[in-house]
Amino acid sequence: MEKIIEVKELRKEFKSHSSRSGLKGAFRDLLTRNYKVIPAVNDISFSVKRGEMVGYIGENGAGKSTSIKMLTGILTPTSGAVRVNGMDPHKEREQFVRSIGVVFGQRSQLWWDIAVQESFRLLKKVYNVPDEVYHDHMSHVIDSLDIGPLLDKPVRKLSLGQRMRCELAAALLHNPPLLFLDEPTIGLDVLVKLKIREFLKEMNARYNTTILLTTHDLSDIEALCERVVMLDEGKIIYDGGLSSLRSNWGEGKQIEFQFADTAVTKETLQPLLAEMEAAWTPGGRPNVWIANVLNEEQVISEVIGRVVAAHKITDLKVHEISIEDIIRNIYEEGVKNG
Amino acid sequence: MGKYIEMIRIRFLMMLAYRTNYYSGILIYSINIGAYYFLWNAIYGDKGSIEGMSALQMTSYIAIAWMARAFYFNNIDREIAQEIKEGKVAVELIRPYNYLLMKTMQGLGEGIFRLSFFSFPGMVIVALIFPIAFSADPVTWLLFAVALVFSFLINMQINLLTGILTFFFYNNTGLIRAKRVIIDLFSGLLLPISFFPGWAQQIMNFLPFQGISYVPSMIFTESFSGSEVIHAVLLQIVWVFILVLPIQTLWLIARKQLVVQGG
Repeated sequence: MEKIIEVKELRKEFKSHSSRSGLKGAFRDLLTRNYKVIPAVNDISFSVKRGEMVGYIGENGAGKSTSIKMLTGILTPTSGAVRVNGMDPHKEREQFVRSIGVVFGQRSQLWWDIAVQESFRLLKKVYNVPDEVYHDHMSHVIDSLDIGPLLDKPVRKLSLGQRMRCELAAALLHNPPLLFLDEPTIGLDVLVKLKIREFLKEMNARYNTTILLTTHDLSDIEALCERVVMLDEGKIIYDGGLSSLRSNWGEGKQIEFQFADTAVTKETLQPLLAEMEAAWTPGGRPNVWIANVLNEEQVISEVIGRVVAAHKITDLKVHEISIEDIIRNIYEEGVKNG
Repeated sequence: MGKYIEMIRIRFLMMLAYRTNYYSGILIYSINIGAYYFLWNAIYGDKGSIEGMSALQMTSYIAIAWMARAFYFNNIDREIAQEIKEGKVAVELIRPYNYLLMKTMQGLGEGIFRLSFFSFPGMVIVALIFPIAFSADPVTWLLFAVALVFSFLINMQINLLTGILTFFFYNNTGLIRAKRVIIDLFSGLLLPISFFPGWAQQIMNFLPFQGISYVPSMIFTESFSGSEVIHAVLLQIVWVFILVLPIQTLWLIARKQLVVQGG
């Protein structure tokens, strides 16, 4: 499979000055300033194949946006090599940006004061899309995003969800083989989110569009991506399948028991899990204990059987460990067995 | 090229989207022209001419200078500054066009809009109220049009330069205001250059500003004679070429050390 994105040892440093404290410090700052060089992106390498949908995740300030901006040619890398669609994004900017689509969830790229269709018309000219191709492709996009009735309204009168769907259509107007989405679902309601996900899946299936997606909403990633790249402090801390993330980190299940008996303690429960790979943790409420067990039928039924035989319970729940828990664990503990 | 022409059209639509701006603009320009008309009439009093310009030439100069301003003036510098401050310049950089050229086209769209819906009707109204001398010579009109194009370009380039400086200063509202006052004064909009003291005229000969307003207005009022016209237009052209250099240099440096603010 050909590689669409190839990143090697990519690095971006920012110079930031730190202000001295107090009035005296402020005057000293007038003359000389203390500069600190901070690497926002710290020698990362990865590649993306055609047709992949990759989730690019990390906490605020982890370097996601900075690396996306380097991949799209907006920022110049301090060092390292980037090749996207076979081009150097920064050096061949005008040629390169024709081959990508970008949606910034926090910035509009439509013209604020004029009707959506006028923005589309301008973009059609900007990207030199021929009439037939435009009508063919866009009528489909407009239908699936359901934005037909919005086209003659000025962008400033649209709701966030309406605007976001129009932004997405605008980014796909020239049908780019590669799509960057920087928090496309930020602040959207569930129905719009679902619609956007459906649409992205369809684009991927129909045109084999490669998608790189950053988001804080992990349900987006779960719905769309098979692979995640996780960043922390400018470094890649995990790069691999979402499913292997789950099996490496979230292989267990949690069984939550609420006991009728108020005298239950860890000591009285401990023997019940003897010679099994499991552990008790307090459930946060009185009389609630959680058994962390392996995800195997035998173990689960054995644990439930033993506990129920020994104590009276009022409630029982079985949880699968969510991706959010896994990711929180990774950030808290660092990658040990990843 | 199609995309740049489309941009002019978009700017037209944007101007139409805000009607209040349009009407208040006409009002402000009329008040300015009226005020200067009475001021200059008071200054001239019984005198036939000052610095070789008659009172009639003077009022025509003022009227045409303001009408030309409607064409060359725009707030592109402030727009660029705002786009940089808000980080919107990132969106512009993912488009397959030249940002500065696109901004110039937006300015041109704005200029053409004002020229056709503002200057022409405005000029008719002004000519009805005040006595103004229009040249009957088509060559004068042609030369005026040529000079006006270059005055637009020079003003635009100075705007781009001021706008790009935001990359380095992050906040340059003060610079933008200062630039505006300097252009109004040194371009000969408020006072023809020939009215300045000799030493000031000497300095201004080495600055691009008089190409913005003084040259087209002097051509229109036929205060320049044959060779002076050619000389003035040539000077404008030279300045257009000279100004390309700092703009391109600063733009390249800015792109290299660009920090997108926010997000």
